[in-house]
Amino acid sequence: MFDKSISELHSLLHKKELSVSELVQTSFDRIHTVDEKVKAFMTLNEEGAMQAAKALDGKLGTEEARGLLFGLPVGVKDNIVTKGLRTTASSQLLSNFEPLHNATVVERLNAAETITVGKLNMDEFAMGSSNENSGYFGTRNPWNTDYVPGGSSGGSAASVAAGEVFFSLGSDTGGSIRQPAAFCGVVGLKPTYGLVSRFGLIAFASSLDQIGPITNTVEDNAYLLQSIAGHDKMDSTSANVDVPDYLSSLTGDVKGLRIAVPKEYLAEGVDEDVKNSVLQSLKKLEELGATWDEVSLPHSKYAVATYYLLSSSEASANLARFDGVRYGVRAEAENLLDLYKKTRSEGFGDEVKRRIMLGTFALSSGYYDAYYKKAQKVRTLIKNDFEKVFEDYDVIIGPTTPTPAFKVGEKIDNPLTMYANDILTIPVNLAGVPAISVPCGLSNGLPVGLQIIGKHFDEKTVYRVAHAFEQATDHHKAKPEL
Amino acid sequence: MNFETIIGLEVHSELKTNTKIFCNCSTNFGAPPNTNVCPICLGHPGVLPVMNEQAVDFAMRAAMALNCEIAEDTKFDRKNYFYPDNPKAYQISQYDKPIGENGWIDIEVNGKTKRIGITRLHLEEDAGKLTHVDGENHSLVDFNRQGTPLVEIVSEPDIRTPEEAYAYLEKLKAILQYTEVSDCKMEEGSLRCDANLSLRPYGQEEFGTKTELKNLNSFANVQKGLQYEEVRQEKELLAGNVIGQETRRYDEAGKKTILMRVKEGSDDYRYFPEPDLVRLAINKEWMDRVRADIPELPDARRERYVKEYDLPEYDAMVLTQSKKMSDFFEVAIGQGADPKQTSNWLMGEVSAYLNANYKEIDEVALTPEGLGKLISLIEKGTISSKIAKKVFKDLIEKGGDPEQIVKDKGLVQISDEGELRSIVSGILDENEQSIEDYKNGKDRAIGFLVGQVMKATKGKANPPMVNKLIVEEMDKR
Repeated sequence: MFDKSISELHSLLHKKELSVSELVQTSFDRIHTVDEKVKAFMTLNEEGAMQAAKALDGKLGTEEARGLLFGLPVGVKDNIVTKGLRTTASSQLLSNFEPLHNATVVERLNAAETITVGKLNMDEFAMGSSNENSGYFGTRNPWNTDYVPGGSSGGSAASVAAGEVFFSLGSDTGGSIRQPAAFCGVVGLKPTYGLVSRFGLIAFASSLDQIGPITNTVEDNAYLLQSIAGHDKMDSTSANVDVPDYLSSLTGDVKGLRIAVPKEYLAEGVDEDVKNSVLQSLKKLEELGATWDEVSLPHSKYAVATYYLLSSSEASANLARFDGVRYGVRAEAENLLDLYKKTRSEGFGDEVKRRIMLGTFALSSGYYDAYYKKAQKVRTLIKNDFEKVFEDYDVIIGPTTPTPAFKVGEKIDNPLTMYANDILTIPVNLAGVPAISVPCGLSNGLPVGLQIIGKHFDEKTVYRVAHAFEQATDHHKAKPEL
Repeated sequence: MNFETIIGLEVHSELKTNTKIFCNCSTNFGAPPNTNVCPICLGHPGVLPVMNEQAVDFAMRAAMALNCEIAEDTKFDRKNYFYPDNPKAYQISQYDKPIGENGWIDIEVNGKTKRIGITRLHLEEDAGKLTHVDGENHSLVDFNRQGTPLVEIVSEPDIRTPEEAYAYLEKLKAILQYTEVSDCKMEEGSLRCDANLSLRPYGQEEFGTKTELKNLNSFANVQKGLQYEEVRQEKELLAGNVIGQETRRYDEAGKKTILMRVKEGSDDYRYFPEPDLVRLAINKEWMDRVRADIPELPDARRERYVKEYDLPEYDAMVLTQSKKMSDFFEVAIGQGADPKQTSNWLMGEVSAYLNANYKEIDEVALTPEGLGKLISLIEKGTISSKIAKKVFKDLIEKGGDPEQIVKDKGLVQISDEGELRSIVSGILDENEQSIEDYKNGKDRAIGFLVGQVMKATKGKANPPMVNKLIVEEMDKR
């Protein structure tokens, strides 16, 4: 059912050949069949979703049901707050947390009348690249359940790949949408910083976090972004820009497009299969009329270090509120200090603790200049690298990840190898530009992702290139067997 | 004294914006605990701050009134610390780019004017309020105050005596009240003060180790605490001891400062720029708009009182110390009351009543119109000043129209010469001895006789006339 496009489903609903209840039931049927293996969902909203579906069925066939996302089942990453629906950010500390309000993106989805079927598993507080850092259980890759789905939006990508939902929301701080989208063979966009409101996103690194859509196709992706993008007065960092019509950019035409391929993105450490898939993809785009040159983003090599200093510094403050005083799980304690220590020691997982310690250290008096401040300067240099390339090129293209998905347990004991997995996605967050990952092949039965990076607020061009590529290839049609 | 005293003050003042600094909750004081709260000020997961522009305007206005330079580029920072009154575990404050810097105010001590520098004024959010329950194993926290906008005003270490510290606080409070950005009510916590004091031998440039006084609940206690601390530190130093870097509190009952904690190094708050807020660019138009909203400040008003109303310098200073008092004065004379008489009443009877009852001028029933009318009744001779004091008591406690009170209570002064002469005559008949005394040159007999007439008329007789008539009648006898 979810192989169909948005317009196909919309027309079925409109002709009353399909009810919203049936559509949502399809979603839950699939979840009940495959989620035991995939483990994408943290919390299901079965009762609420079926009730909402029934209400929408009453509107079917009327003018009120005109919205294109009307009645479509969506999954929401568990760090996006949903009123009255448990939101844990996959942390044990929040195992009992029911938000009092909806995130702005959830409000916008509600306005578009999608149906939230549940909350999706992730690495705890979005810290991780494999979903193995979930405080509950690891989501598995639908293409091969011995493999990780990527992270931190592993549940979001896996649920779409497994056909459990029509689409999902993820969040991306250093690659957390694009990397799992690449690993699971789906389409994932990290929008320009400031395009989508962060209000209601449980903050990991405020200056890097962005919410974005994960879908089967580029067209679906554009539809979803269209409904969640735009200025929000509840988020001071949300940009007051007009949201263009993304659908109109899906022309299939890339003639004259100038593509930059950073040599650093195809350098040592990038898997041969991945490299070949990317080169094949570039060839395909050439056939469609685009040209490409090798360029350099010389400060890329500092991106991972810069990212871990800045994101951990911000995280150390963002996660300080989880103290057991007002909400969440409170540890039994003798006194105040004890309460803080026990609540946080018991509630947080190892990776979260590691980053809090790193960030606390980087911000400490005597170290601030050498770490945080220096990292801010390098961030500016990395941003300048991108701006320089974009003076001459329309998009930057490379692999999303150096390798396809890795095995469960393969990297969990070595944080540095795990961090290196994000080497190609991190610079994009530091620069604040948009980037999409689209499927571009398989390596040993596991998907490979092509990353298309655009200029600030130029999601239109990113979509245009991604869509033209998708239409000219069959990679997106490959589906995992479960 | 062998040492020079160095004092610096840190004042926190809540801004009276309609809503909190980062959310739409009310800032009203006195609501039931935890009723003016929302997910944003409670620091729930996923919430974001949005700057209240009125708070920035108010902070700018205060900074301008304190003669600060206004930053064209200012930003907010996170100050990290764990405490149950701090729901995000960081306070959004300003670290290295405060809204205002390098200001000053002039204070007056013993008739001498002195300029005290203001290092900085920055904008931040207030924390919640903790109540420790005696004998219980828990504390209570009220987040109503959390997120109330606050300015922190740090003075230069220019203050040399506890008296100067007191004068600085009075002046600062007056300015903040005049600019209408803060109520400055210490008892409600909308004004709070920490004081730093150190001593150094005269001639030495380097500062000595300072101690910090906290939990000071009145300006008088700031002064007393500093006085105590000055003497304590001097004794320690003279005994050859070293002053420890300490935080102390003033114990009102014991009239001394008590050690709260010893500071080891400086606290590390791990400040870093608040990524959830954008930097604020303050352009000239914005500054001009805010500057135009600054009302007349105490010094200007004081000067005007001397020039326009011919008030003595002292009166002008006392009246302008409090905006409420000064506003009251202006309304009263606006109604035609004599400025000097009004000043006398305000500085005399009115202040005495307010001080005795721990009240402020806007907390009593007396209105400027009422006081103005009372004064004009005296001037017209309708009532004597003595009777006026009786009417005043009614006015300040119950309010009302002084003319009506005078009428209702039959307090109109007897100024009819015929009527008074016959009363005087009667009194003289009963006091032959006094007439004798008067004739023997004992002038104070007149005083006694005036008193008798007043007694007989219940104070309503016109005193100068009574005086005159007594002398005339006695001379006849």
